[in-house]
Amino acid sequence: MPPTTTQAAPAASALDQLTLLEAEGIHIIREIVAELERPVLLFSGGKDSVVMLHLARKAFWPGPIPFPVLHVDTGHNFAEVLAYRDAVVAELGLRLIVARVQDYIDDGRLLERPDGTRNPLQTVPLLDAIVDGRFDAVFGGGRRDEEKARAKERVVSLRDEFGQWDPRNQRPELWSLYNPRHRPGEHVRVFPLSNWTELDVWRYIERERIALPELYYAHQRDVFRRDGMWLAASELLPLRPGETVERRVVRYRTVGDISCTGAVESDAASVADVIAEVAAVRITERGATRADDRLTEAAMEDRKKEGYF
Amino acid sequence: MSTLLRLATAGSVDDGKSTLVGRLLYDSKSVLADQLDAVRRVSEDKGLGHVDLALLTDGLRAEREQGITIDVAYRYFATPRRAFILADCPGHVQYTRNTVTGSSTADVLVLLVDVRKGVLEQTRRHLSVGRLLRVPHVILAVNKIDLVDYSADAYEAVAEQARALASGLGVDLHTIPVSALAGDNIVERSERTPWYAGPSLLELLETLSPEDVADADFRFPVQLTIRPQAAASGFEEYRGYAGRISSGRVAVGDEVVALPSGRRTRVVGIDLFGEELPDAVAPLSVTLRLADELDLARGEVLASGTPVEPTQDLDGTVAWLGMRPLRAGARVLLKHGTKTVQAMVRGVHGRLDLDTLTPVAAAALELNDIGRVELRLASPIAAEEYASSRTGGSFLLIDPQTGENLAAGMIRATNVDAFAAGDQLDWVI
Repeated sequence: MPPTTTQAAPAASALDQLTLLEAEGIHIIREIVAELERPVLLFSGGKDSVVMLHLARKAFWPGPIPFPVLHVDTGHNFAEVLAYRDAVVAELGLRLIVARVQDYIDDGRLLERPDGTRNPLQTVPLLDAIVDGRFDAVFGGGRRDEEKARAKERVVSLRDEFGQWDPRNQRPELWSLYNPRHRPGEHVRVFPLSNWTELDVWRYIERERIALPELYYAHQRDVFRRDGMWLAASELLPLRPGETVERRVVRYRTVGDISCTGAVESDAASVADVIAEVAAVRITERGATRADDRLTEAAMEDRKKEGYF
Repeated sequence: MSTLLRLATAGSVDDGKSTLVGRLLYDSKSVLADQLDAVRRVSEDKGLGHVDLALLTDGLRAEREQGITIDVAYRYFATPRRAFILADCPGHVQYTRNTVTGSSTADVLVLLVDVRKGVLEQTRRHLSVGRLLRVPHVILAVNKIDLVDYSADAYEAVAEQARALASGLGVDLHTIPVSALAGDNIVERSERTPWYAGPSLLELLETLSPEDVADADFRFPVQLTIRPQAAASGFEEYRGYAGRISSGRVAVGDEVVALPSGRRTRVVGIDLFGEELPDAVAPLSVTLRLADELDLARGEVLASGTPVEPTQDLDGTVAWLGMRPLRAGARVLLKHGTKTVQAMVRGVHGRLDLDTLTPVAAAALELNDIGRVELRLASPIAAEEYASSRTGGSFLLIDPQTGENLAAGMIRATNVDAFAAGDQLDWVI
């Protein structure tokens, strides 16, 4: 046998993974606030952005969160998620900036896609909001376990003046020495949850008793089947021949645009139920619920290169 | 509750590293059905005739088009006992940069060799980088044991070769005979290697202890000051220093010294989001309240235990990552902990030949060189030797104009006495 340690576990190595991931996330958020001038945090009401906001509260307690939050609203969001977003913003006294895809479609700067999905359309309003706000750091809730292009993403990731990501030319990230320096016009995207998995996020939500929009838990909803997913019945999604609406018990694993976010059949009504379900499930959250990531092998990479979240 | 272990994998071309990583992910059920379907589909489209597990990790368009791995990829898997963060470091393009990056945060470095090829030049280099970065544990997975009919002699010959090399470097090496393709000794101990009495790779990864940063002197680089000041918040008088304990532990009542200023005070509170902690250990992020109003700035280090003498002169080993060569006279920024200072490269004192592990005279460092530099800083830092502290002894060199990371640095000494001796430098890593 190799020489493995048998002495009593010292305190640091006995710390559980959630405690370590939290400490890392708080450290990252504080580093960026200390080194840059104008950070902003992307807040959609989705579970990852909710956890990230929770880390930001912890990072600066008892002071306030020292930056505004930004939401890119596709115009196709679930009403209960927007209500949740507004309630959190009001409770914490945050400044909310909303960039609206609808405004861009209305005045012709963006064209509605034939497939109706608006997720890829978020990039331009996002980049404009970053320029308008003169933001030099944008906190995002992206996780490396979500998708294989994200697996190569840095915690602190440089974007050029067009908001583009160059995956072939990333800064090596060494120790915990994060370097957000950049030239004027460039900015950094910062991912404090880089090392979290979907299960970590849920376990942390349980541990910290964090409230989420209700649609993350099992509920009755009118849905119809398309592309192997349950989509919400909505005036935004006209039924195609052969599609019928039925009432089912579902929940959402991710929360995004109604037009491309699918629900999964589930009776997980509590955080503990969801954790048990996520631990047993055999399909990734994006594979199960995101039509836009199924477009091509490199759909996420292509969107990220253009400046997507 | 499960603990966390960070590992990095490195290997040479075609030694089966991607298969090994794929196997660990697959056998620990961290690869989900849709990911596997996608890999299967692409493998079929390419007419490969087998499921290429490398496609699980090679996510970028250029990687799939060119069949190469470009950059360090991070992967996650877990067992009931432990969660793992795996930095998968490609072996051929920019191997130094990638292995240094992956090793910098790793508790364990897993190296692969093909049992039929034995220890190659690149194995030697990877071992050296692992030693240089002070990765606490190194595992050599002797792969493709199925292709030599599970021969104990073939394995033992390679293991012996590697152990000799490792002991010369001072590396504590674990060796395991494996077949990533067939799954031998990856998750379960294999019945086809009855002559091997040790654990499987995953068993070993579950039991190795991560670097214990709490078992060292207390160091706390201040990130920022928290002063809410808002009226009627109940915290008008609050002043706390936010940071992450980089090593050691701290308790309320502890005497601490602020560096480099040298002012002394006492910790009167350890806060985390409304919770008052009696003590805290590295690597937790907390906010400390102090007995005296020291008005500390970002970059000061609160410390106790072995005294640290702040210094403006460093003797360092650097892995050069910049596109343009480094020469004496270069002006750069140095980031150490939470402090960034201007620095001048006083001298380049040779580089390390990773093939022979011997120093070579060099007046400049090229991309991927590992060299010895003499640095003069514009203001003092609370530097420590990397050999005794990976957090207190590591630094970045940054291009002041572009902001690029130019070098990963490790402090050999907090003085430059070694250079006074002339050419006869001690270069033992």
